[in-house]
Amino acid sequence: MADRPWIFRTYSGHSNARASNALYRQNLAKGQTGLSIAFDLPTQTGYDADHPLAAGEVGKVGVPIGSISDMEQLFEGIPLDQMNTSMTINATAAWLLALYVAVAERHGVARGALSGTTQNDIVKEYLSRGTYVFPPRPSLDLTRQTIEWTVEQVPKWNPINICSYHLQEVGATPVQEVAFALANAMAVLDSVRVPREKLGPVFGTISFFCNAGIRFIEETCKMRAFTRMWERIGLERYGVTDENQRRFRYGVQVNSLGLTEAQPENNVPRIALEALGVTLSRDARCRALQLPAWNEALGLPRPWDQQWSLRIQQILAYETDILDYPDIFEGSKVIEKKTAEIETAAWAEIRRIEEQGGVIAAVESGYMKRALVESNARRVAMIESGERFVVGVNRFEHGEPSKLVQGESSVMSVDESAGREQVARLRAHRASRNKTEVEGALRALRDALASGANVMESSVRCAHAGVTTGEWSDALRAVYGEYRAPTGVDAAAAPRSDAVLLAGLRKRVDEVSQKLGRRLKLLVGKPGLDGHSSGAEQIAIFARDAGLEVVYQGIRMTTDEIVTAALQEGVHLIGLSILSGSHLALAPEIARRSRVPVIVGGIIPEEDAAKLRAEGVAAVYTPRDYDVLRILREMVEIAAAAHGVD
Amino acid sequence: MASTDAALETLVRGVCAGDATAIADALARVEDTRPDALEPTRVLVGLLEAATPRERAVVGLTGPPGAGKSTLAGALVAGWLAEGHGVGMVAVDPTSRRSGGALLGDRARLRFRPDERVFVRSMAARDQLGGLAPATRAAVVVLRAAFDTVLVETVGVGQSEIDIESVAETIVLVLQPGSGDTLQFMKAGILEIPDVLVVHKWDLGAQATRTRADLEGWLRLTTLEPGAWRAPVIGASSQTGEGVAEVARAIASHREHLAHGELDTRRTRARVAWALELFVRRYGSHGIERAGGSAAAEALIAASAGSALDAFSALARRAGLSA
Repeated sequence: MADRPWIFRTYSGHSNARASNALYRQNLAKGQTGLSIAFDLPTQTGYDADHPLAAGEVGKVGVPIGSISDMEQLFEGIPLDQMNTSMTINATAAWLLALYVAVAERHGVARGALSGTTQNDIVKEYLSRGTYVFPPRPSLDLTRQTIEWTVEQVPKWNPINICSYHLQEVGATPVQEVAFALANAMAVLDSVRVPREKLGPVFGTISFFCNAGIRFIEETCKMRAFTRMWERIGLERYGVTDENQRRFRYGVQVNSLGLTEAQPENNVPRIALEALGVTLSRDARCRALQLPAWNEALGLPRPWDQQWSLRIQQILAYETDILDYPDIFEGSKVIEKKTAEIETAAWAEIRRIEEQGGVIAAVESGYMKRALVESNARRVAMIESGERFVVGVNRFEHGEPSKLVQGESSVMSVDESAGREQVARLRAHRASRNKTEVEGALRALRDALASGANVMESSVRCAHAGVTTGEWSDALRAVYGEYRAPTGVDAAAAPRSDAVLLAGLRKRVDEVSQKLGRRLKLLVGKPGLDGHSSGAEQIAIFARDAGLEVVYQGIRMTTDEIVTAALQEGVHLIGLSILSGSHLALAPEIARRSRVPVIVGGIIPEEDAAKLRAEGVAAVYTPRDYDVLRILREMVEIAAAAHGVD
Repeated sequence: MASTDAALETLVRGVCAGDATAIADALARVEDTRPDALEPTRVLVGLLEAATPRERAVVGLTGPPGAGKSTLAGALVAGWLAEGHGVGMVAVDPTSRRSGGALLGDRARLRFRPDERVFVRSMAARDQLGGLAPATRAAVVVLRAAFDTVLVETVGVGQSEIDIESVAETIVLVLQPGSGDTLQFMKAGILEIPDVLVVHKWDLGAQATRTRADLEGWLRLTTLEPGAWRAPVIGASSQTGEGVAEVARAIASHREHLAHGELDTRRTRARVAWALELFVRRYGSHGIERAGGSAAAEALIAASAGSALDAFSALARRAGLSA
């Protein structure tokens, strides 16, 4: 019998709830079968749109949800009892789930009819995505509460989606991806306190969110290894007897890391091939798939770009014969050997993590972060040395100019007025609600926090009362505290293959330092709420190995903090990394207020780069500039010239 | 010349007023290692020291990697700020042997609002062992002119415990329970250096209590002269906040103790160490010989007026070398 197609999704959301709602309805009309909500960074990190840290970030990487009034607007005209909704939300997952449930209740939809997923995987936030708020232990406890609550109240909901996706995006090897994700899942399951007979259903609601890169044969084997290991963990560690509950359920977003800004049309075949890695093998086929758009490395995709990716899925599922056969790899010795190899290495890595006291200990000690930073440095070095080919980047670079990026802008830009509108909307909402109800709901939430009771019911009450995202998060911050994760760069080593190339640069750094009278010093800053820190980390490590003194403070710094740090540290140069699209709001201000040159790296369309340069930014680097050493060389010269050294 | 003097005076006034831009400018000057920067640095250091109230404190915080020094430093600084003090801080990180570069990561664990009266400068150590760079001493002079309290944090892996004695007047050694460091430090005589001992991560419970008992036992074995300072052993946790105020109180009482005479001894010791280090760096052991041997050199520095850099110049003149 032919297999059913997976759920087709597109990760989307921008500007505000009204615009995003229109986009979702269009996408569903085009044959998309599920929703995947992208929230903006203030929503993900628990700030209201008018908080200083939210400046420039509102509506940028997703939709801002400040209260139930935004959430209602977001799902207007979409029947929640028939929809499968995936929400990419982590630190504040409990809150967005509460809002979703509250909206359903207002529409008379029963909790039991709701299906979908809250990502709710906090561990990978510390390792890669960076939208954590609270320290690891209380965060994990919050996850536990959502699991225990949904299994009773919203039984069709997947309360957590353990992500290996983001680990690959920061350079994880297939073995690291499998091992870290499974170790993470075990930590979550170990924390759950339910009666024994509920453990099976809880195990069954845990789903995964994986990544698929261009080496799609290896990726197929990775998914097969995942499937087998999860099955074994269910049986042996948790004694789950129901086969259905032990099944490895996963959704996928294929790799964005390998998409290139150069010759961007090449990304279309890349995306299609990557999709094969998670669809070819029936035994390890994904449940839901979302494909990035060809122009992700250039900026925010337009609806047409997203439609193209949806069409790739539809061709794969409906035109090809991929769904017609049983598992086509059954009996393949080659596939079996590679799968076993990944499995063995992943079990060994899981043991290493357990010996250290488990995932949370390995996050707190920085072990996992360091391992990923090192893997990524190796990956970058392989591309730089040409050991790994990237067509159009380090091989076959010369060709016809891309027809896809000619003429009108080939990306979508979010209207800068969206942020201001959202602030106005939020203030109107605050003014319109019943103060007594808000106070009462917040008091109940604080009481639950103080007594250690499950916060979900009181969060749903807060949602109904019109409490804002910032207010809910502040109540939790007051009890849980806030966290700054290890940056992973202090002990990570750059790969040795670069030693020769670095040596030349180091000589120049020594020379410039001597002429300056002290060692060349660099501040690497990540302003705003964007937590994708790989770029900043790679620059920091390579700069140190090139002989610079590097001050790196981790993510989520205000412009004030960066300007102050640059002055106090007496750096010769500031390097900013901004991937959330808020570069125009943040970088010029820092450049204006600092005495030293500022360079910016990030996903920055050419028009914006020109604006930044016009506003005093010394240089702009985008994903096209993959050669870290060249960037560093230029940085050294910019610093030298600015300080009158030749 | 007159305009230069006026500019210098403005700079010194700015530093003393705690102006961040002036402090940054002064630090840039005193960190300059070029030979012809020494004389202007000597003049600036002299002016700053003359303008600095005598009672200002320099506290050294040291201990092995992983003991939680930066977190404790953050808690102490927050406490001083809450009392209305201005605080300057120098955080020293090791230097990479291979590249000469360094990742200065302490700032990541110290977060203060930009409007608070605190100035943090991260520095790379002279070498892998964590020994202080000459610039550290000069930076302390600048920050002491600006703030009531200066905190110097170093990674203790041997050299720095010795070095910190020559820059700070109150030394706090931070240890973590059960790491085995304690025993090593007892053996190496490093436990004789600190004025305050902190068993950090006090929330670890039994292990922490045992470490404190070990330390107290060891300290009881040392005989002290009458009136001498007895280093307290304090359990503290930056996680729970327990014991942090007690550490601050111990630092304050040690300051009072110093005021009864020992402060001058410590400052002289710091001056001798700085001047000698500079001298040896520039003229080597040959220079020391020409100055009449190390004992004579130390005596000359101790007896000379002015700053360590003035003493360095005097020593160079004595040795018939151009300073």
